[in-house]
Amino acid sequence: MSAEVLHRIQFGLTISFHFIFPPMSLGLGLVLIIFGVQAVRTDDPKWRRLSMFWTRVYGLVFAMGIATGIVQEFQFGTNWAVYSRYVGNIFGSLLAAEGIFAFMLEGGFLGLMLAGGRRLGNRLWLFATTMVVAGATFSATWIIMANSWMQTPQGYELRDDGHGTQAFMSSFRDVVFTPSFGPRLWHTLVASWMVGTSLVLSVAAYYLLKRRHVQLATTMIRVTLPVFTVLAVLQVTVFGANMATEVATRQPAKLAAMEGVYRTQDCAPMTIVGWTNPAAQTTEGIQVPCLLSLLVGQSTSTTVQGLDDVPRDQWADVPVVFHVYHLMINAGMLFVLIGGVACVLWAWKRKLWEQRWMLRVLVASIVLTQIATLSGWWTAELGRQPWIVWQLLRTSDAFSPNVGVGQVGATVAMFAVLYTVVLGVFLFLLDRIIKAGPPDEPEPEEIDLLPDTWAEAFRHRSRASSGSR
Amino acid sequence: MWLQTVWFVLYVAVIAGYVILDGFDLGVGMLSVFVARDDREQRTLLNSIGPVWDGNEVWLVVAGGALFAAFPLVYAALFSGFYLAMMLVLLVLILRTIAIEFRSKREGRRWRRTWDWFFFASSSGITLLLGVALGNVIRGVALDAGGNMDVSLVDLLNPYSLALGVTAVAMLSLHGGIYLTLKVDGDLLRRVERLVPKLMVVFFVLMTGMVAWTAGLDDEVAGRFRDRAWTLAFPTLALASALGAWRLIRATRYLAAFGASAMMIGLLMATVAAGLYPVMLPSSIDVANDLTIHNASSAEPTLMVMFVFALIGLPFVLLYTAGVYYFFRGRVVLDDGSY
Repeated sequence: MSAEVLHRIQFGLTISFHFIFPPMSLGLGLVLIIFGVQAVRTDDPKWRRLSMFWTRVYGLVFAMGIATGIVQEFQFGTNWAVYSRYVGNIFGSLLAAEGIFAFMLEGGFLGLMLAGGRRLGNRLWLFATTMVVAGATFSATWIIMANSWMQTPQGYELRDDGHGTQAFMSSFRDVVFTPSFGPRLWHTLVASWMVGTSLVLSVAAYYLLKRRHVQLATTMIRVTLPVFTVLAVLQVTVFGANMATEVATRQPAKLAAMEGVYRTQDCAPMTIVGWTNPAAQTTEGIQVPCLLSLLVGQSTSTTVQGLDDVPRDQWADVPVVFHVYHLMINAGMLFVLIGGVACVLWAWKRKLWEQRWMLRVLVASIVLTQIATLSGWWTAELGRQPWIVWQLLRTSDAFSPNVGVGQVGATVAMFAVLYTVVLGVFLFLLDRIIKAGPPDEPEPEEIDLLPDTWAEAFRHRSRASSGSR
Repeated sequence: MWLQTVWFVLYVAVIAGYVILDGFDLGVGMLSVFVARDDREQRTLLNSIGPVWDGNEVWLVVAGGALFAAFPLVYAALFSGFYLAMMLVLLVLILRTIAIEFRSKREGRRWRRTWDWFFFASSSGITLLLGVALGNVIRGVALDAGGNMDVSLVDLLNPYSLALGVTAVAMLSLHGGIYLTLKVDGDLLRRVERLVPKLMVVFFVLMTGMVAWTAGLDDEVAGRFRDRAWTLAFPTLALASALGAWRLIRATRYLAAFGASAMMIGLLMATVAAGLYPVMLPSSIDVANDLTIHNASSAEPTLMVMFVFALIGLPFVLLYTAGVYYFFRGRVVLDDGSY
């Protein structure tokens, strides 16, 4: 195997494994904020119980995210040295900003958040949680910004100062607000919130099937199902569609590969299920006539650029991109169906709690949302090929020339083994947390004793001993 | 350009921040198998770093990001040139995270003992590897005119760098030991208190040897100190901090001793930096191939934007880091939610 392929396999492997975790923590963060707000508003101890349970899951997911995330940051330098020199001025500064503004916030408050169930009153705990979630969201924002620059670069000038061509920053504003940044950020955040809410839905449905923690499980579903369903609908109709329009405008060659469009045409059809053959340049399957043109340009007569306008050596791997993309959109539409049916069953005579088949579907939802986010990410990254920076730098020119094929082969094998073990242990521990269930009901008097203002927290005095309440 | 020097200083500061902060939790890991006698004591050790180790590790991420942004050529050369060593660092970082997170999630002696050894081995491994990497940077690496190098793992493990790695292990064990005197009590505390002075002596002997070795090894480094005599203040103050730490340990004033230890580490990093400046990655092939702050940095617009970011971000980081440490001050009390 060539060095390029091995470098790509390693990066794809490690980033795909990493990408299991951040969407879960972003989404769970949203749910934890809802629980925290409810705890402050209502003083009902059940919200604290729910928060304690899900914070435990959050801690596990977060630790996995950090451990696998450091690998990403190091790998730009280790495996993609040419790329690192080329984009250091721009991409590097966005990563560094992520570190200073996002990771530090997350890492700093994580300890408080994880200990909050036993150490902090409702308001301070909510504050700590909000800081961690804000950190995670900033983190996603900077990373999406960096990725968007690779997809739709601008605000740079190319120069060779004696160390090969490098992209220098000419406008920070343009670097931050590349055309694809906004659509990509919203598309990814909404997807992440769907992953988090589906994790909660899935665990709650499992409890209902087993008839355990029934009260808490119904509360979990009441909170997350409406959020999940609304997000699913918005994702298909607004955020996903925006992203597709953006790709059609700025990266038409990528859209052509996603939909298997070989001939530039108006009234282009959209394939729902199908297969594509780049050798014969045909795409077959169940197609809706003119739908792609309609989606791209809000008119059936919009011209969609085909791969015939793109030199053959600039094509992505069309069948792979086509299939992962269709996996994602079909999953997206399935989520609207799942959320919709579950909501109807819930509203209609409150039957959701007895519909065992529906609960089983909900249990499976976390797997489906994970598949959808992963295949979405693959669409974005594989669709960008053969470019590492769109139409500026080829992936085949970007890897570290000084790293031997044998070394990369060895580390690919190392990560494959390591990640298999880590995933196994992660699932094992997640299963244990879920089977153990939420902790016992906390005593309201005990919660009252926890510090709930800065002064109380830093004096380590309980309310009782400081005399108030 | 003044920004290049500013970023060199900031970069050294972030590295020093990492070594001081993650240093003590790595030290706790390295001491764990020697001081903990039973499960309860091992848990006490884990919980002494429990709320903060994740945040400490973030400093390494920031250091990586800052190097990428401010000195991309150094980042590319160093990380790809030390490929297998870097991959080993990543491996032990992941194993350490898993060891800390997974140990207490299950009862069972064998399960817990296994992860205890992983915790010990990975903490030692990270310290040793990063020490060895620093040793190679000080010695110089086979950097070609294109800014590339390919240093095999065997070449990295030269006597000087290995000795520096061992010294780093001693230094962070000491730092972690002093931290533990603030966090544990009972028999465990007494054991740690007996160990700390011994660690101090071992570290002091090793460090003295390293200073002599470095001065004899490298004319360039020694020359830079001669040319900029004021930078001798760093090693002098580091020595003063070390002696101060010794007196404070004897007087059992551990909080102040921890401060002195942290100051000493910071000053030692500053000493290394002063010995290298303006070079960041010396080439052993040809001085002309050296990567310096002048030929390896990003251009002014990037450095300026990043400088503004640092000015805005770092005060907040220091503020809430201090706040979190203050909140979790005092000795460890185990409860059912602990590690």
